[in-house]
Amino acid sequence: MTIIDETAESPAPDGSGDTGRPLLEVRDLHVEFHTRDGVAKAVNGVNYSVAAGETLAVLGESGSGKSVTAQAIMGILDMPPGRIPKGEILFRGQDMLKMSAEERRRIRGSKIAMIFQDALSSLNPVLSVGYQLSEMFRVHQGMSKKDAKAKAIELMDRVKIPAAAARVNDYPHQFSGGMRQRIMIAMALALEPDLIIADEPTTALDVTVQAQVMDLLAELQREYNMGLILITHDLGVVADVADKIAVMYAGRIVERAPVHELYKRPAHPYTKGLLDSIPRLDQKGQELYAIKGLPPNLTRIPSGCAFNPRCPQAQDICRTDIPPLHPVTERDGGELTGRGSACHFWKETIHG
Amino acid sequence: MPDKTVEKKVEALPGDTVSTAAVVVTDAGPAPEKARSLWSDAWHDLRRNPLFLVSGLLIVFLLVMALWPGLFTSASPRDADLAKHYLGKPNWGHVFAADWFGYDVQGRSIYARIVYGARASISVGVGVTVAVTVIGTLIGMIAGYFGGWTDTLLSRMTDVFLGIPFLLGALVVLNSFDDRTVLVVIMALAFLGWTQIARVARGAVITIKQSDYVVAAKALGASTSRILLRHILPNALAPIIVVATIALGGYIAAEATLSFLGVGLGDSAVSWGGDVARGREQLRIAPHTLIIPSVMVSITVLSFLMFGDAVRNALDPKLR
Amino acid sequence: MGRYVARRLLQMIPVFIGSTLIIFCMMYALPGDPVRAMMGDQAYDPTVVASIKKDLGLDQPLLQQYVNYMVGLAQGDFGTQVASKQPIADIIAGAFPVTLRLTLFAFTFVTLVGIGLGVVAGLRPDTLRDRGLLTLTLVLVSMPSFVLGFLMQYLFAFKWQVTTPTVTDTTDFGQLALPAMVLASLSLAYVARLTRTSIAENLRADYIRTAVAKGLPRRRVIGVHLMRNSLIPVVTFLGIEIGSLMTGAIVTEGIFNVRGVGFEVYEALTRREGATVVGIASLLVLIYLATSLIVDLLYAVLDPRIRYA
Repeated sequence: MTIIDETAESPAPDGSGDTGRPLLEVRDLHVEFHTRDGVAKAVNGVNYSVAAGETLAVLGESGSGKSVTAQAIMGILDMPPGRIPKGEILFRGQDMLKMSAEERRRIRGSKIAMIFQDALSSLNPVLSVGYQLSEMFRVHQGMSKKDAKAKAIELMDRVKIPAAAARVNDYPHQFSGGMRQRIMIAMALALEPDLIIADEPTTALDVTVQAQVMDLLAELQREYNMGLILITHDLGVVADVADKIAVMYAGRIVERAPVHELYKRPAHPYTKGLLDSIPRLDQKGQELYAIKGLPPNLTRIPSGCAFNPRCPQAQDICRTDIPPLHPVTERDGGELTGRGSACHFWKETIHG
Repeated sequence: MPDKTVEKKVEALPGDTVSTAAVVVTDAGPAPEKARSLWSDAWHDLRRNPLFLVSGLLIVFLLVMALWPGLFTSASPRDADLAKHYLGKPNWGHVFAADWFGYDVQGRSIYARIVYGARASISVGVGVTVAVTVIGTLIGMIAGYFGGWTDTLLSRMTDVFLGIPFLLGALVVLNSFDDRTVLVVIMALAFLGWTQIARVARGAVITIKQSDYVVAAKALGASTSRILLRHILPNALAPIIVVATIALGGYIAAEATLSFLGVGLGDSAVSWGGDVARGREQLRIAPHTLIIPSVMVSITVLSFLMFGDAVRNALDPKLR
Repeated sequence: MGRYVARRLLQMIPVFIGSTLIIFCMMYALPGDPVRAMMGDQAYDPTVVASIKKDLGLDQPLLQQYVNYMVGLAQGDFGTQVASKQPIADIIAGAFPVTLRLTLFAFTFVTLVGIGLGVVAGLRPDTLRDRGLLTLTLVLVSMPSFVLGFLMQYLFAFKWQVTTPTVTDTTDFGQLALPAMVLASLSLAYVARLTRTSIAENLRADYIRTAVAKGLPRRRVIGVHLMRNSLIPVVTFLGIEIGSLMTGAIVTEGIFNVRGVGFEVYEALTRREGATVVGIASLLVLIYLATSLIVDLLYAVLDPRIRYA
């Protein structure tokens, strides 16, 4: 009886078959930091979800809360000073914030893995890359040292590091930036997790290497049918790989849309500003647009819409009322799936 | 004329914020909205640090005691009355009175000796610190900035002095002087002790030398002395000050230790270390003659260490 | 590596000569005279003094004396004491093992207790526990070893009578425990503070965040990733401290009446026996140079980013 109950209730073993239920769902997440300058509200009610095989790009300036959200999902926030006063993070339907530390640890690395921005500082400088890779197998799967080393070499081959067997005992500083990022990817990939969070994975790299690393990441994601959360401030990186985009500003999602929709018709002045500030060949000779002002101080977020001091369309209502994430529709009211905008004047922005 | 423009440009470079902002330290503090510089940020931190306030207060107290001992006691540290006061016990109720801390083996007021002994400890501590900071910074900066054979030569010299065991060296030097005045002790300790600051200064200068604002100043044609004094020294100062403040406590301890070993200030001088050494004979029968000056040495050293520690924490952004 | 060691050994020669020359000059160029010290207050005959000086080679120029001394030292001849006529090599051979035992005992304290306290404080930076331990180390640092020595002697030997006030048998580790603790206190406090800072700093390093994100258990994150990196500067410091512990023993040996190197130095100084002082000092310089070379080599082993060519 219990067996039947359990099978009925437990989620499908592989998220790919279950399209109705997302792999990961973040609900109304709040994160704040208690600093000596006051309470910094880094995340203020974020909702998003990722399904298996899907890529969600989270876009925003530094300080928009995109990385903090990711750290909260991974459970690697520094607490204190960090605190999660409100919200849920559902992984396969289970709230990870309610799990024990040990349960969360087991998920980290094996089910949800993370790729960090700066591979040089994110890899332990005094341990060989082979050791750091094989550590995943030894800890999570109890593999022997020798077998784990063999798996590490295999992984390095996977991420196309030349002469993997010869370089397995090298240290991080002996690799180039691109190769180091590949090692980070290999480490995240090691246990074939369901979800990978990549926090600005290519920002620290040369432009030519950026494309290679992004392609590799996309290729591996397709192959393993993983969910991918790609955190970036670079609109160019997003366009080719993401399925949908969430734009964050001051700890909130201000717009979300399928990737190409967003580029064609932004429904939030902030997104519009970001897109207008990309240099384009057909606008040669004209002055490049820039969003005026600075990102808000998170200890003193402006009242109403946080973007109002920088917004060209701001009205009185923007200074008093926080706009909810309105569903965005066509001019005639036709549905646009997956679109939303947290702007009082989204209609004017997208259609006007 | 072109020189003028060069100076203006150079001053606007980012690295200079530290040197210009140093003035803010004496100011009331930063305005809340203003981006804080290293020094004003440090001051902001320090004013709220109880360790800093307590140690600062103690140091001021000790300095006043060293300068005007007469303010604290009317008794003389040298008046001995064996008949009346031989090893008299402390009278804890008689605060600031001659018999507060009791009497030593010669019948002298220990309280008076504590008050008058501050001058020896503080002047040796401050004197040695000033001397090693000047010598060390000079040698370190020259070695670090010019590099090449100058650096090799000066670094080897630093190694040579570093190789001499400090305490043993000081023992040897001071042992050969019959009249060990404060100046002799300062010179002996400074002669052996400048290496630490020299190393710190050299390291700091080498790092700063490669920073963009120094390269820019050079490219704009600033003179060597200008680069050293206006750009490098102000930015190298933070680690030097930190090491110097902490070392100050160490020199006071060193002076007391040498006095204890019998090669500190001469017997005629009133010094805590000397009193500890003399109190040694009475450890069993009258421990207060030894313990009270010992505690005084420790409190003084502790004050300077806490002060240096607080300053270091405030100035080292890495420790935040 | 071999070439690096060879180069370092070559570099050590001028440093050794420089350091010992300075000590030699301080001993002999400054006022004070061993022969007169030997005669004490007795009326003495200047011609006798001069002839003794000539016998001992003390009438030659300083640099010549130094060269003679070094040539002797290279052949293992430390010279002879003026007053006791004892070969200095014998005195050192008798005293050195005592100091070595005391130093190693203290060193064990420094390593175990110092690192232990530092780890305990550093893992929870800025908590009450951390602040308390930091203050404790500050108090230890601010107590000159003679203060702490007398305090311990007074408490343990006189008041509670747990140990003997002075060391009568230098092979008895029970008797050596108190002096070793006193000798260790300063270095112990430094090591604790250094470990604490290093741990607290590395705790916030990106690679520790990575290790947590990899799902490693806490004891592995700390034991493998944090410790390995944090202890590198501590090991370096510990190596250098062996030398300072040996000089620090001068004071501790004085307090507890241990007949070690420090005791002999002190005796020799009061009698202005330059050769003994310089001999022992040379030995200490040599130990300092050797430990700093070993530390540098160890550094390369512990941190793969350091490569010596």
